[in-house]
Amino acid sequence: MADLLKVSDLETQFRTREGVVHAVNGVSFDLKEGETLGIVGESGCGKSVTVMSVLRLIPTPPGKIVAGEAIFRGKDLLKMSDEEIRHIRGAQISMVFQDPMTSFNPVLTIGRQVAEPLEIHQGMNRRQAYDRVTEMLDLVGIPKSRDRLNDYPHQFSGGMRQRVMIAMSLVCNPSILIADEPTTALDVTIQAQIIELIKELRDKLGMAIIWITHDLGVIAGLADRVLVMYGGYFIETAPVKSLYATPTHPYTLGLINSLPRVDSDVQCRLESIDGLPPILMEKPNNCPFAPRCTYVKERCYQENPMLMETSEDHFTACWVDTLTGKERA
Amino acid sequence: MGRFILRRFMYMNVVILVVSMITFGLMHAVPGGPFDREKALPAEIIANLEKRYNLDKPLWQQYLMYLNDVFIPQFSKTAPTSNLEDDALITFKVSGNLWVRWMNFGPTFSSRSRTVNDIFRQQLPISIQLGILALTVALTIGVPLGILAALKQNTIFDYLGMSIAIFGVSVPVIVLGPLMIWIFGVTLKWLPPTGWGTKPPYILGIFPSDLSWSFWRTAIMPAVALGLGSSAIIARLTRASLLQVIREDYIRTARSKGVKESHVITRHALKNSLIPVVTILGPMMAALVTGTFVTELTFGIPGMGKYFVTSITNRDYPVIMGTILLYAVFLVVANLIVDIMYAYLDPRIRYD
Repeated sequence: MADLLKVSDLETQFRTREGVVHAVNGVSFDLKEGETLGIVGESGCGKSVTVMSVLRLIPTPPGKIVAGEAIFRGKDLLKMSDEEIRHIRGAQISMVFQDPMTSFNPVLTIGRQVAEPLEIHQGMNRRQAYDRVTEMLDLVGIPKSRDRLNDYPHQFSGGMRQRVMIAMSLVCNPSILIADEPTTALDVTIQAQIIELIKELRDKLGMAIIWITHDLGVIAGLADRVLVMYGGYFIETAPVKSLYATPTHPYTLGLINSLPRVDSDVQCRLESIDGLPPILMEKPNNCPFAPRCTYVKERCYQENPMLMETSEDHFTACWVDTLTGKERA
Repeated sequence: MGRFILRRFMYMNVVILVVSMITFGLMHAVPGGPFDREKALPAEIIANLEKRYNLDKPLWQQYLMYLNDVFIPQFSKTAPTSNLEDDALITFKVSGNLWVRWMNFGPTFSSRSRTVNDIFRQQLPISIQLGILALTVALTIGVPLGILAALKQNTIFDYLGMSIAIFGVSVPVIVLGPLMIWIFGVTLKWLPPTGWGTKPPYILGIFPSDLSWSFWRTAIMPAVALGLGSSAIIARLTRASLLQVIREDYIRTARSKGVKESHVITRHALKNSLIPVVTILGPMMAALVTGTFVTELTFGIPGMGKYFVTSITNRDYPVIMGTILLYAVFLVVANLIVDIMYAYLDPRIRYD
């Protein structure tokens, strides 16, 4: 299928008083129609900044997209006028945010907030929009949705609010849904419900999804392709099966090993990755993961590896072949 | 909401009662009396005067008499006369020859022909008019200035706006007032330097019945002088609050939906950011409308302000009690209005 969104060499920085933070350092990825892409990484690795840069939702200043392009349906989102990108947001690319408690405006009714994209992008009046909103709320499983249009966000539970958030993002039938850790703030049973809901909606509506998470378990059952991010770089990208079957980057290995396993001994301790995430004040000349890496070689401190294909469609940014422990040729 | 307001009115009675008790106690605890003069009056005259105003009775008795006159409606079979002792703020005929008199705040010691109610009827409306105008000035300058400064944070607009705000807070009326009079009243002769352009009768006993230029030309300078300081406070508060709100997650959500930047501010940020501003409007309103001594003195406005200060130095007990209770009532009512506005601004706030 054709590429719906093609991001290349995207670079975003934050200029703070203490210096320039290199949040995203030249990342590239593409998203096909109907594809689900997972972006995984620890807090502060640049996952959210990457997708927010694509929609230009980075607060500027201090944030600044310094390089790259994001071609969506033949047009570069990063070079559009503010007015053009505004008509993309919420209409063709929409977002679901992490915290359903703070992501709704507390003083506006749910009906008004969910109807807003329809009024903006499709020129509907309040009544038409409310009909569509009711339909959408039914679809995401809000009981008695017609009666709840005039309720305020605080009258909904966290899980229900996230359902409303999903309805709000899908109300204009966007072709891309960006979900920025949509289940992180929810408890586990609600998490599962929300993931099920998104899968269902994807099958019904056929939108492409970019799903950001730090939870490898969530991504496994959902994504077609996974990008692993570390220190502002993509360090491994692969189809989901290939990534879990044969992780090649030491960081990905560390992440997968740190998950509890159903088939392991109950008594064994969970493994962790030693060290701290990198400080992003300088663009490194070495592999950003080198200080924490157990496979580290001389070369890792001299040159920052770029993504290279290790097997079919499986890319990794590491000088070391983690299977053999030897340096790659 | 109805029950909430009712409950608050009940609390208000308690507050007013406590305020009256403390004020009464304090003013009698202060040394000196209403009839002390530089050249002492003969003891017989003082004794006579004290007898006339019941000051010779024990304090608790005086206090109870005061409470009775002010708070408890008096039923009487005789029609009210123009007698000073008979001057109640609220007088009406129930039926036949039964009359009700309520809120008799007593005479003023400084004038034999006036009562505290006369001050309320003649001076208070002027202070309220000035106060409302000053509050309007404060809001119409303060809120837009604060919004502008927040939206253009760290630009020349922000710095300029906040400089004006600092100027407004730090230059008191006692400096600004004479300066304005000198520039616009004396030098340019655009506006009359002093005076107030309305006379009774007032609509509802408060609002000027004649809103012609002759009223406005006297009102502009004092209203601006009085309102500027408050507008600076409002501007700084609006700016700080809006800056906080536009960093909230839901503002990002609004942007992600494609909401126009101007609508992000007006529809999503403004209502949220005005909540703290509304909070200070209560006390601010009470302070502005019950009379402001310096402004009224500077511009020669016959308002209440003067009585707040002179009644205390003169030990004019009924006027002290009346003005303090009036201020307390305004403060409590203004705060009640603020609380009602909260519920309107923020649906998370419910009172019952």
